[in-house]
Amino acid sequence: MSLLRVRDLTATFGAGASRLTAVNRVSFDVAQGEVLGLVGESGSGKSVTLRALLRLLPVGGAVSGRVEWEGRDLVTAGDRELRAVRGRQISMIFQEPMTSLNPVLPVRVQIEENLRAHTGLRGRARTARAKELLDLVGIPDAGRRLDEFPHQFSGGMRQRVMIAIALASEPRLLLADEPTTALDVTIQDQILKLILDLKDQLGMSVVLVTHDLGVVAETCDRMAVMYAGRIVETGSVTDVFARPAHAYTAGLMASVPRASAARSVLHSIEGTPPQLDRVPPGCAFHPRCRFATDICRRDVPALEPRVGERLSACHHADAVAAEGSPV
Amino acid sequence: MPEFIARRLVQLIPTLIFILVVVFVLVRLLPGDPASAVLGDRALDADVERINRELGLDRSIPVQFWVFVKSFLTGDLGNSISLRIPVTQLIADRLPITMLLTLMAAAIALIIAIPLAFVAALRRERLPDTLIRGGFQVGLSMPVFYIGLVLLTVFGANLRWFPVGGYGDTFPEHLYHLFLPAVTLALSLSAILMRNLRAAIIEVLDADYVTFARSKGLRTRLILFRHILRNALISTLALFGLSIGTLLGGAVITETVFAIPGAGRLMVDSIYGRDYPVVQGLTVTLAVVVSITFLLTDLLQAWLDPRVTK
Repeated sequence: MSLLRVRDLTATFGAGASRLTAVNRVSFDVAQGEVLGLVGESGSGKSVTLRALLRLLPVGGAVSGRVEWEGRDLVTAGDRELRAVRGRQISMIFQEPMTSLNPVLPVRVQIEENLRAHTGLRGRARTARAKELLDLVGIPDAGRRLDEFPHQFSGGMRQRVMIAIALASEPRLLLADEPTTALDVTIQDQILKLILDLKDQLGMSVVLVTHDLGVVAETCDRMAVMYAGRIVETGSVTDVFARPAHAYTAGLMASVPRASAARSVLHSIEGTPPQLDRVPPGCAFHPRCRFATDICRRDVPALEPRVGERLSACHHADAVAAEGSPV
Repeated sequence: MPEFIARRLVQLIPTLIFILVVVFVLVRLLPGDPASAVLGDRALDADVERINRELGLDRSIPVQFWVFVKSFLTGDLGNSISLRIPVTQLIADRLPITMLLTLMAAAIALIIAIPLAFVAALRRERLPDTLIRGGFQVGLSMPVFYIGLVLLTVFGANLRWFPVGGYGDTFPEHLYHLFLPAVTLALSLSAILMRNLRAAIIEVLDADYVTFARSKGLRTRLILFRHILRNALISTLALFGLSIGTLLGGAVITETVFAIPGAGRLMVDSIYGRDYPVVQGLTVTLAVVVSITFLLTDLLQAWLDPRVTK
């Protein structure tokens, strides 16, 4: 039974002739307790997808499609209804802990305003809960640090503060937008581990947006690969890594540097992802694809089961899968 | 924070010394001299000498400067040449009027600017934004005295809602008399503040911490005031502090149009009369008032933005 069902989610910016489609009819499910990885290069629409789920697009953005959560559709939900879901049932953390915390408010205010909005906790009980949350995310000396400002924390600690704020009301789904990208490698591991631990403790599901396949392999149960605003392949992490069924996924995997005995040439996918205003017709990936044929230039491939159960949007899924894993 | 305040107070000392020097020099650079202003063109040399001696103007420049500095240290600024009353009393009578006018103007400017900046920023590039910005453009390009005259004619002379001049006797009367002049002063300031604040709000609207605040499911009002306005005000506040100086200057014209017996009028009259003691005393006092305003602005800014005191 899925916790979240997303169908044909589309996010556009602007209006009229200059309208850009950043996310194009994206569909996926998130099961109870599952970690779903949303993977892609910069500009593939993965972050916008995540924000569109809670209708958190910047000014000028519009969302359509369906986001089914607990029997209602968040795309058409009223403000009040949406506010009750945001931060209470679905929380979000962002890439830049530096800029995502309000610089002029002490950490206490930023945690307690969440508790105030969603729980009945008042006064001393609320402060106690705020302190408990900082403890939970592993911030030493939590009682004293409550009254400090974000600039007094290190990058890793700031990300922990953000997680504490997001988890304040024990949400059932955490949306994490590249939560470790801005951090040192050693801190990255700590934060990922913290997110996974808390997921188990609180019984949450997680949607993790990342461009780092290593992170996906370590932390996710299932993955969805995005390119030019669409999901091009989705399946269990084990399956996808063993035998990618989309030429883009295969290319991504081949570009991950490996530490091996023999030095080899660093692989990369030729070309760059398309700009939103000139997405190629047919399969958007065809100009960069070595499998591309006429049909790829003409028809947009549907995301459907092509290799076993696996959903792929590649006309040549079988040929790609036959090559096996590049890793 | 206490260290920050102490540091800013110490910084005030060189500023004050600089102000004293500038005022002393500027007053003596004015063409004409007090004796001929008092006695007229056909004065006898003996009378001119007598007046100069009375005012201490026959002594050397360094001695005059020392006497000048000492007068501020002792608080005895001498007597006005033309009005023959102590300068301190003159300032104490007139300056509060101008300060009240400036405060009212500043408050009205904020009351106009903040909500309109919000509306313009949230509806940016749409009709409300265009109307608000267009309207202020017109307001900004009209001279203060003209706006004053229009308000005076419409709301004072024709509709008779407000008095056409004077200052009244009680505090509520003061507020009533100063309302139109304060609006006159406030209009151009509110235009500047509105434009600045609108830009600041637009910048803050898409900040990550605002998106994060929205993702917490907070009420819109809380996001607007706690997260957006507070951050946007930090940069506008600096501009606001600087504008207070301009407002005090603008009060000169407004006080003339509305016949208010404030410090602005006193300053103009004293300059024409070469009333050195009044010009010097008033200029230094105004400079101190402006310096203190800047200090208060800094403190307010430090209170809004905890990173400032670091």
